[in-house]
Amino acid sequence: MSELLQHPALALFATALLVAMLHGRARQAVALAGPLAALALAWNLEEGLRVDTQFLAMDIAPLAADRLSRLFAIIFALMAFAGALFALNQPRRAELPAAFLYAGSAIGVTLAGDLVTVFAFWEAMAIGSTLVLWSAATPAAYRASVRYLMVHLAGGMLLFAGIAAQVLETGSTAFSAMQPDTPATWMILAAFLVNAAAWPLSAWLPDAYPEASWSGMVFLSAFTTKTAVYVLLRGFPGAEILIAAGLAMVFYGIVYALLENDMRRILAYSIVNQVGFMITGIGIGTDMALNGAAAHAFTHILYKALLLMSAGSVLLMTGRRKCTDLGGLWRSMPLTAVCGIIGALAISSFPLTSGFVSKSMITQAAGDEHLFAVWMLLAAASAGVFLHAGIKFPWFVFFQKDSGLRPPEPPWNMRLAMILLSALCIGLGLWYEPLYELLPHAVHYQPYTAFHVVAQLQLLLFSGLAFFVMLGWLRRTLTVTLDTDWLWRVPLAALARFAAHTTGAGVSAMESGVAKVWREADERLRAWLGPLARTWPSGAMGIGVMATLLAFLLSYYLA
Amino acid sequence: MIRRLWAAFLVVLTLTVAAEFFVDPHPHFDIERLFAFNALYGFLACGGLILVAKAIGLALKRRDDYYDE
Repeated sequence: MSELLQHPALALFATALLVAMLHGRARQAVALAGPLAALALAWNLEEGLRVDTQFLAMDIAPLAADRLSRLFAIIFALMAFAGALFALNQPRRAELPAAFLYAGSAIGVTLAGDLVTVFAFWEAMAIGSTLVLWSAATPAAYRASVRYLMVHLAGGMLLFAGIAAQVLETGSTAFSAMQPDTPATWMILAAFLVNAAAWPLSAWLPDAYPEASWSGMVFLSAFTTKTAVYVLLRGFPGAEILIAAGLAMVFYGIVYALLENDMRRILAYSIVNQVGFMITGIGIGTDMALNGAAAHAFTHILYKALLLMSAGSVLLMTGRRKCTDLGGLWRSMPLTAVCGIIGALAISSFPLTSGFVSKSMITQAAGDEHLFAVWMLLAAASAGVFLHAGIKFPWFVFFQKDSGLRPPEPPWNMRLAMILLSALCIGLGLWYEPLYELLPHAVHYQPYTAFHVVAQLQLLLFSGLAFFVMLGWLRRTLTVTLDTDWLWRVPLAALARFAAHTTGAGVSAMESGVAKVWREADERLRAWLGPLARTWPSGAMGIGVMATLLAFLLSYYLA
Repeated sequence: MIRRLWAAFLVVLTLTVAAEFFVDPHPHFDIERLFAFNALYGFLACGGLILVAKAIGLALKRRDDYYDE
């Protein structure tokens, strides 16, 4: 059991407690040292380490490490560090502790050896992320967080039901590879897909995340969806339905991001798009595809956080978030612009960036399996990523027209966090072997062949040509695009109000009827029983009891 | 300035297509053997995506205070 002290999540939970209490430099030092300690613990996890114990007569394994779980624990701890560095100057004191609770719970899921532990940390993640949203402390963030929590608690109930049924059926709490072929496994798969933001249950993500603070969304982008990718990698590798689910997400993300005006909502839709690539890979299910999905989760966390740090810096320094209000910021925020562009190149899988060495494995796997349609769709989607995120985000924020805004660069810690992640995005693109060595399966893949590089450059640059040729069609407007959250924000909300109104009226009518009957019965009873039926004050009863007790004692001694 | 950027961009585009003469192909599918397949496909796919987005936008776009009470 003492091995449990090696659990990286514990380091983050302790950091959360300390950061909540400390102030000033000590707080900043702990906020940076804590995630580094978690990173060291995650790095040193031994393959095959497993702590088994019992909880409520169930076998649980709160710490179980293998290559896959170690990879995710490492990237989550690294992300907690980069996010904390970026958020050091966040004045809202609740955000960092909430983020550490959230990150620690995500690591808890990745190191869970059984479904019960998965569930416990799954729920803790929902709470931590909601607290991150709340610490933005705006009415819009609060309303979005209520919708967010509703979806995630519903997903949690689905997961609970699925796990309970699975444990009943198999008699085991073990979390191992499944196929969606029983109601229990279907429920578990559906609950995982809710957190992965799979369409049509995807709308919670672009609804809620952009309402977080300028630093809050950096944390939110990293953990929930990627934990879902992790559990799908472990629980449902090769489940064919995931190919369709993933491809739907890929194109949904592109189309909605193209229509979007809010810079961080563009990036939120592109999270769904990128997770779609990973889920497609999990559905293909070969060693190459699973490696690709895991590697893409790793690189995605870094470049997406970088993009959101760039956008968060713009939000903090200008107070604006709509493309229609922004533009021309490269003049006064060159570093933020360059870092944003590096993130944009990485998400587009440009050669020499991290996205190139990870996403290529997924397309390669589709080719190796002769899945022609999947391969064609993935290629079209790769071009579409450059279109909706790779060019659109930097173009509308940093170039486009001159908005007249001349904000300065953000504070040093935010700049440092962006430089760190930019270095990682390019570093992993150049020296990819260390990443490949961390992957769950042995890697036999060489991303940099002349043919592949030329093919990718053609695909991306001509996507860029399409963007500038059709720029008139992409002009930003002051609009939102209705998504599936419309269903619970408009008709379902109206239904709930109607139900509350009519049942409210019904209940009060019933109450007055019951009250009348009760009053009549009461009067008759009183007339019949006289003083005994009077309503005595409770003090009178106290005195009565005391008098009885006294009488009892007296009679006891006297007798 | 804009004109020069366009010229530079077009030169880069031409170079990436011309580079195909010098690389050793190892395609998965026959369609990749078509000359400048990726360039054409990238352009057409993005054009298609923009059109689809435009069509969906016609039906589903609302003023951005739509949800405000």
